[in-house]
Amino acid sequence: MSSARAQIAAKTPEWRAGRAGWLFIAPAITLIAVFFFLPVGASLLLSITDFDLYAVANPSNVRIVGTRNYTDLLQNPTFWLALKNTFYFALVGGPLTVATSLGAALLVNAKAVRFKTFFRTVYFLPFVTTLVAVAIVWRYLYHPQYGFLNYALGAVGIHPIDWLGDPRWAMPAIILLAVWKNFGYNMLIFIAGLQSVPEDLYEAAALDGAGAVRQFWHVTLPNLAPTFFFVGVVTMIGYFQLFAEPYVMTAGGPLGATTSLVLFMYEEGFRWWRLGVAASIAFLLFLIILVWTAIQLRLERRLAA
Amino acid sequence: MRRVRLGTVLLYVALIAGALLSLFPILWMISASFMPTGMANSFPPRLLPDHPTIQHYRDVFTRLSMGRYLVNSSIIAIVVTVLSLIINSMAGYAFAKLRFRGRDGVFRAMSAGLVIPVQVAMLPLFLLMKSLGLINTYWGVIIPSMASIFGIFLIRQYAISIPDDLLDAARIDGASEARIYRSIVLPTITPILATLAIWTFLTTWNDFMWPLIVLSDERRYTLPVALASLVGEHVQDTELMMAGSVLTVLPVVIVFLVLQRYYIQGVMAGSVKG
Repeated sequence: MSSARAQIAAKTPEWRAGRAGWLFIAPAITLIAVFFFLPVGASLLLSITDFDLYAVANPSNVRIVGTRNYTDLLQNPTFWLALKNTFYFALVGGPLTVATSLGAALLVNAKAVRFKTFFRTVYFLPFVTTLVAVAIVWRYLYHPQYGFLNYALGAVGIHPIDWLGDPRWAMPAIILLAVWKNFGYNMLIFIAGLQSVPEDLYEAAALDGAGAVRQFWHVTLPNLAPTFFFVGVVTMIGYFQLFAEPYVMTAGGPLGATTSLVLFMYEEGFRWWRLGVAASIAFLLFLIILVWTAIQLRLERRLAA
Repeated sequence: MRRVRLGTVLLYVALIAGALLSLFPILWMISASFMPTGMANSFPPRLLPDHPTIQHYRDVFTRLSMGRYLVNSSIIAIVVTVLSLIINSMAGYAFAKLRFRGRDGVFRAMSAGLVIPVQVAMLPLFLLMKSLGLINTYWGVIIPSMASIFGIFLIRQYAISIPDDLLDAARIDGASEARIYRSIVLPTITPILATLAIWTFLTTWNDFMWPLIVLSDERRYTLPVALASLVGEHVQDTELMMAGSVLTVLPVVIVFLVLQRYYIQGVMAGSVKG
């Protein structure tokens, strides 16, 4: 076998393989370089300029302002509000989504359950729907007078809540929609993780007299740890980028209670055409995601050790 | 024995309750889209229309001209899916199986891009598209989605398991690299291509932020962008908006239900290894 391979190596010169390799990756890496990495680099430059509406019309109006966009942001109350809202959404919505996903995965994967595929499909369905469309549907479900949510709550004696009109309730309402929309994806990953836990671990635990609850804590959870971290990292990265839900449901209101960092960036950049300011918001978001992911990865290593 | 049965009953109660919660918004959307005007805003709220009407679906196509948005969305999603499958599968295969200088360095550099949120690129990308004259065009939406780091990853992971001997045997027989890719690689990686195709179609169809930025002429709007804009004006017309939402969601739900076998397996397999 190895002599055959050596012969091939002699027959096909290295440059031929090299040329083929580069030709095969050329379209993809050209597109990614020009339409992703180049703009990312340009974004950093943009963030140290005063690029605004006048510069959109005529780029010669641009001036370098150094870190002024960043220092201005740190004194802008809207930025701090958007930062707070984004963390509220991610830190409450993220764990809630992961917990719901795990619960659904445990239910669907339970041994006694038949029609597993059916339930799996139904639970996954919200994930494939178009966010803008279902956000509009939920707007009506949240209607203070005619919505189903208040009707259901009324049946158990809870007074109507102005879900999207009350600054205290708007973010919880958006979180609820996000959990409903997203838990199915993580559920699939948890099911795959659960199915990879060796069956004999459960049998050994049962022989030692461990009940269902102790089996869950001592067998399921430790074996699910890698899945947990994967799901946690991916979910949090996605949730820090909250945008379409508040854009469609509340336009960032009421009183800015659902303005997220990305929504703030969009408004600054594409509504007021302050692209320099918007670019610095984007970079701060990048920094937050980077630091948060690093913290999660470090936590994983510490827990694994 | 009785305890086990009680447990099973509770399990099914929880499962069915979960299924109802998952389906309720979707089913209500469909039901409300057939209600006569005003019925969706009544107290107590109604589950089903007394006299179902398809008037709102007519209005959606005539008054709101959503047929055009349906065409826009379809063109963009289909073109992105086809082109990105070709481009990503070529690159994914090359990173997995072709040996060339600089391969691992390029791959590592590209992978670093996975942690950068797309919004960071959007502002300069808009200026770039403007200077290329691609604002308000299909290509303005399509081009940035044609190659995806995630897609290349997915293909590479799968293509790694293609036996080298198979490829080398073809080379001895004098097959060109393009021929090997077409007649050996592509047939071997069909399952992951199917997963990636469905994934790409769904995400492109559902994508909102970039189309919102790059399309400002409403004749070019995709369905989600059009819907978000229409809801401002027609927020009182609940039934009409529900018909528009059904039109937007239905194509992706159908694609998913028909092809879910490939899709779900791919998501589960890809994630565990990744």
